[in-house]
Amino acid sequence: MAPDSGTRTLISHAQLRRGRGKVIYWTLLAVVVVGFTLVFLGPLYWMVTGALKSGQEIAQTPPSLFPKDPQSQNYADAWNNLNLAKLLFNTFYYAAGALVFQLVLDTAAAYALSKLRPVFGNVILGLMLATLMIPAMVLIVPQYVTVIDLPILHLNLLDSPFAIWLPAVANAFNIFLLKRFFDSIPEELMAAALMDGATPLRTLWSIILPMSRPILGVVSIFAVTAVWKDFLWPKLVMPSPETRTVSVGIYAFSGGTPMNVVIAASVIAAIPTVIVFLIFQRNIMSGLTTGSLKG
Amino acid sequence: MAITTVPGTKREPGRPASPYPPGPQRTSLGRKVRDNLTGHAFLIGAVICFAFFSWYPMIRGVVMSFQRTRRGVTTWVGWDNYDRIIADPSFWTAWKNTFYFTILALVLGYAVPFFVAILLNEFRHAKGYLRILVYLPVMLPPASALFLFKFYAYDPGDAGLFNSILKALHLPTSQWMQSPEMTMPAMVIASTWMNMGGAVLIYLAALQNIPGELYEAAELDGAGIWRRIRHVTIPQTRLILALLAMLQIVATMQFFIEPLILANGTGAEDSATSVAYLIYQHGFFQNDLNGAAALGVIMLVVLAGFSAVYVRLSSKQD
Repeated sequence: MAPDSGTRTLISHAQLRRGRGKVIYWTLLAVVVVGFTLVFLGPLYWMVTGALKSGQEIAQTPPSLFPKDPQSQNYADAWNNLNLAKLLFNTFYYAAGALVFQLVLDTAAAYALSKLRPVFGNVILGLMLATLMIPAMVLIVPQYVTVIDLPILHLNLLDSPFAIWLPAVANAFNIFLLKRFFDSIPEELMAAALMDGATPLRTLWSIILPMSRPILGVVSIFAVTAVWKDFLWPKLVMPSPETRTVSVGIYAFSGGTPMNVVIAASVIAAIPTVIVFLIFQRNIMSGLTTGSLKG
Repeated sequence: MAITTVPGTKREPGRPASPYPPGPQRTSLGRKVRDNLTGHAFLIGAVICFAFFSWYPMIRGVVMSFQRTRRGVTTWVGWDNYDRIIADPSFWTAWKNTFYFTILALVLGYAVPFFVAILLNEFRHAKGYLRILVYLPVMLPPASALFLFKFYAYDPGDAGLFNSILKALHLPTSQWMQSPEMTMPAMVIASTWMNMGGAVLIYLAALQNIPGELYEAAELDGAGIWRRIRHVTIPQTRLILALLAMLQIVATMQFFIEPLILANGTGAEDSATSVAYLIYQHGFFQNDLNGAAALGVIMLVVLAGFSAVYVRLSSKQD
């Protein structure tokens, strides 16, 4: 096999490298690269440049490819009128808190379930996994009622970041991912640490966590993007204009705001996640395509 | 943070003075209990969160669906909430729309990513670039992506992106969200564009696990590309295909943000109302939390039915 080839797939490499196969391969590749760029990047280009157009230019037919007279005012208006700085800060704050809570509590739980195995551990794991079967929409009303009057404690978490942080911890999928990864860490390492007199917490901190960086990265990305992308839950539990997330804020303003300004705000809201994605895309791709889900 | 309250960590974390490890001779009942306590201490934070925000609301939802709260007084009303919800004409419209959306989304959002993944898996070049492209929309906040579709792509005039393309190809243009017939397909197109990246990556992982010898053997037996897909690719990825079908059904049946943003909730002639949107409307606009809870329980039963069929089918095949 040639050094550049990976494993054999549907069509053999030899077939792709010779005569007709080669022509078809390169044609198809070109078509797909151009086609996908148009389908997936095109709308984003349309969005970024469209927000620079004037109201007149946006309504003209045929539409212009480049804004004739770029109106950066739309972006400035979006930033100022929608108080985007505050909205972005809120969203960032909720996402960061959800990340910290999930990393601490879910990692600890997965570690206990995988390595410490207390009595009823399997029952608890089963009850956690069972929540994966319950659609989020079914829980939305009772969850909301619970958050406005927390049982036993009788706290109202409305407009409090805890209303986003604590429910985020109840994430069976992330606990499952972490537990599966911890399961693959050999027991001998645990036994050796115990021999050395390390406490369970110290074992977790100095042995398990350093070995688990890849999965911690994946869980972190899931945790952050889930909060960043969520819409209905923050809309319900963060009703005040001061505590809104950026998606909810844009939606709330979309009624009485010019279309170009709404689109400009949407672009600004998308920038942080897209940047995070481009920086970490290697980790995200490998995290999603290896191990976690095998057929 | 909360982990500092773990008992057992108060014991000194350094090395024991004795060179002999505290071996099995100390595996007494006391030690077992202490190990167990440590285990539960690590679990407690997550368990409390599950209890408050998952397990308890689950039970509460079922209880609420049989109650009615008026002026702060809660009474048991039996099936009243269910009767009221089902008598509402939008109940049936919403279910009809939801099934229509789910079927369309299965055809588009389920089959398309599979063939995209098969195609991408054959390429030796531009692999990384194509994967990033497909996954990029997944990273956008859904509200951002949907406003893009609402204002630009589905503009009912000639200036909209889709209508411009249709016009350039000399095809008839559409009213998109303003036409009841196009509302669903338009919402499914937007939803597929936004979400297909995740499925493509999962399929790619499954395709990479297929042993190459199977394709070689099929080729030697004279199987063409289509027969290789049918007899090697699909059987080899059967489990993941079935699992994603299940997840896709559960996820799409809860569609909510598409009608809310693209169609202002109900759409032209109620063509966009979904069951999830109806839950939201009952619960948070009509101040009918009990009715919304009942609707949630109905949805749970329907989705549990799908899950049962899935488990049945997948256990039969193995």
